[in-house]
Amino acid sequence: MVVRAVSPGTTTSYGRGTATGRSDGLASGAVPGTVQSIERAAAILQVVAASGGTLGVTDIAEAVGLAKTTAHSLLRTLLHVGFVEQDRATGHYAVGAGLLRLGSHLDVNELRARSSNWADALAARSGQAVRLVTLAGDDEVVVVHHVFRPDDSAQVLDVGSTLPARSTALGRVLLAHSLGRRAPRTAAGAAAADLAEVRARGWAVERGEHQPGRGCIAAPVRAHGGLVVAALGINGPVSSLFDGRGAPRALLVGMVTDAAAGVSRELGAGGG
Amino acid sequence: MADRYVLAVDQGTTSTRSLVFDRGGRMVAVRQREHRQYFPKPGWVEHDPMEIWANTQRTATQVLADLPAAGEVVALGIANQRETTVVWDRATGRPVTRALVWQDTRTADLVAELAARPDADLVAERSGMAIAGYFSGPRLRWILDHVPRARERAERGELLFGTMETWLIWNLTGGPDGGVHVTDVTNASRTLLMDVRSCRWDPDLLAFFDIPAAMLPEIRPSVGVLGLATALSPQLPIAGALGDQQAALFGQACFAPGEAKCTYGTGSFLLQNTGTELVHTRSGSISTVAYQLTGEPVHYALEGSVAVAGALVQWLRDGLGLISSAAEVETLARTVADNGGCYVVPAFSGLLAPHWRGEARGLVAGLTSYVTKGHLARAVLEATGWQTRDVVQAMAADSGLSLPALRVDGGMTTNNLLMQFVADALDTPVVRPMVGETVSLGAAYAAGLTVGVWSDVEALRRNWHRAAQWTPSPVRSLALTAEYPRWERAVELSIAWGAP
Repeated sequence: MVVRAVSPGTTTSYGRGTATGRSDGLASGAVPGTVQSIERAAAILQVVAASGGTLGVTDIAEAVGLAKTTAHSLLRTLLHVGFVEQDRATGHYAVGAGLLRLGSHLDVNELRARSSNWADALAARSGQAVRLVTLAGDDEVVVVHHVFRPDDSAQVLDVGSTLPARSTALGRVLLAHSLGRRAPRTAAGAAAADLAEVRARGWAVERGEHQPGRGCIAAPVRAHGGLVVAALGINGPVSSLFDGRGAPRALLVGMVTDAAAGVSRELGAGGG
Repeated sequence: MADRYVLAVDQGTTSTRSLVFDRGGRMVAVRQREHRQYFPKPGWVEHDPMEIWANTQRTATQVLADLPAAGEVVALGIANQRETTVVWDRATGRPVTRALVWQDTRTADLVAELAARPDADLVAERSGMAIAGYFSGPRLRWILDHVPRARERAERGELLFGTMETWLIWNLTGGPDGGVHVTDVTNASRTLLMDVRSCRWDPDLLAFFDIPAAMLPEIRPSVGVLGLATALSPQLPIAGALGDQQAALFGQACFAPGEAKCTYGTGSFLLQNTGTELVHTRSGSISTVAYQLTGEPVHYALEGSVAVAGALVQWLRDGLGLISSAAEVETLARTVADNGGCYVVPAFSGLLAPHWRGEARGLVAGLTSYVTKGHLARAVLEATGWQTRDVVQAMAADSGLSLPALRVDGGMTTNNLLMQFVADALDTPVVRPMVGETVSLGAAYAAGLTVGVWSDVEALRRNWHRAAQWTPSPVRSLALTAEYPRWERAVELSIAWGAP
């Protein structure tokens, strides 16, 4: 439903090329009355999507028959709006979260229904409250699902309420995966490094930043195509979630990442 | 000491599942296999008992292999689709016909004929339930009347009758080679053939339905050793069996009078524990056996079955195409603030509790050009909430017990809009347990109690944890009480519409 292997119809080294009737190249073959730069951007997106994140600017420019500088400027714009992402190490481009989100709106009630068994099991095993959240704007997350801490104490269902994104582990998981390569420009250096780390290791923690004495361990939930659509986490006392040296308890981290991976499989995310 | 686990088999209408639970009541492994649904004629629904037995053996074997090596499974409990009827040859183990499923309505004429007999009052008086095609006795009679030579062979003791748990226990314990022919008291109570007070087969009821006693299984407590499952490796004691809704009541730890659960699936099934005294019903709920521990008196329950709950959401999805998944009904319903004056009565094939009007047909009432698909989605969800109120009111009238809270389970409990509506409509807190698999958990609890994995029902109570609670809003409750007569009127109209 999200990304099909669309071929731009050009014959390049990345394979997959098949005839689609547009092998004359879009750069010179624009239809009168259409906006050329949008056509070019669309062609670039098709190439990027089909390549699976294996092409740099030179290959992409060649694939769509554009000068490298023109392709570069289009890619920079697409990067800015979140339609592509660039791997900093290799320089290769991949389809961005913003584009995936356009075609794959996931109903939050569906998300709750599909995550319910995993969330219940996580609460039962960890002994902590469980929340599943999605991003609401740039600065907040909204609670989609909430399972009580299994101690039968008085608790209030907070589905629909919002939490700050930056001071919570749940929020940081989503920020880490939604900002993509824009992070260095929009966040302070230290925060950006933190988000990069969250992205790399696959989970985030919070130790009293949102509420004194309260902590959280959270991990990303992915949908079809690997897009991060939600964050799943356990909330509880810092003393329960972290050991004496301030490190999150490995057993709990494992439970959270396992449960998040379970929900991801349920949502059709492929292996990895 | 190695961890001790309990295996539960949940033999349901569409699938057979084998699950393993730990001492904390947490599910640690599950395997599932669906079976084929046969619809040979309109209103007929059948299952192949051999397929179900094969699926039971297969899923149980698989789930036992899934377990960590350190664990030890110590008992097997069974929960089953209720009222589904099997008759088989005790020498060969072959069923004489496919199972007649609880949804099957072929006995309608037979039931009407029996109900018209002058001595028909005997049935309600003795069995606790009015004659209806819903129960298994009339199905058994249909098989004896229609399968060639069935009656003479049954009278000679060559054929055996059972509901699904009986069929599975007989096969698990050896089948033709020494299989144990037993039923649990909750399943037996759904046949119309058992005296609901003494919990024995009643000779007068057997005479009324013309059923040979030779083919009936022995009635046993729900919690106790029923036999040794030699067909499994390791061999396990079969130490508990319950009808699925009674299993859910047990799994929800509703052990005290007044405690109640409602399972929201295709239909909705509300059971309230009424203790060891049988309640006489006049308001449309039915008295049924809840469970029995070996050596203890029978516990009873009031039951209110509603045929259509989740099935109405499925109709919105498949029949009307307004949503693409069941969960999206909440999204659609939240596009509006109220039902816009619209009511949906889902009497697709009549109304069960508390109305028991088979002739009623569904309707959408209150349509104006103002009503949108959002209002329709709300009315669909509210229909399930209103029907819960219908049933709870009938039970309160019959038992005089107050309802401290309603424990819920089933797929629809992820729908927050519906759960809040139920809480407001009942003016009662609605609570969801951490383990949603209440049917299989109840079977595991029954078996685990027998072999000492848990010491007593209080230990099971401590395993029950609240995963969510919906608290009624006093303002909304008052408003819904004022609105309730509108719903009652829509129900009256649906009954009138279907009248001949």
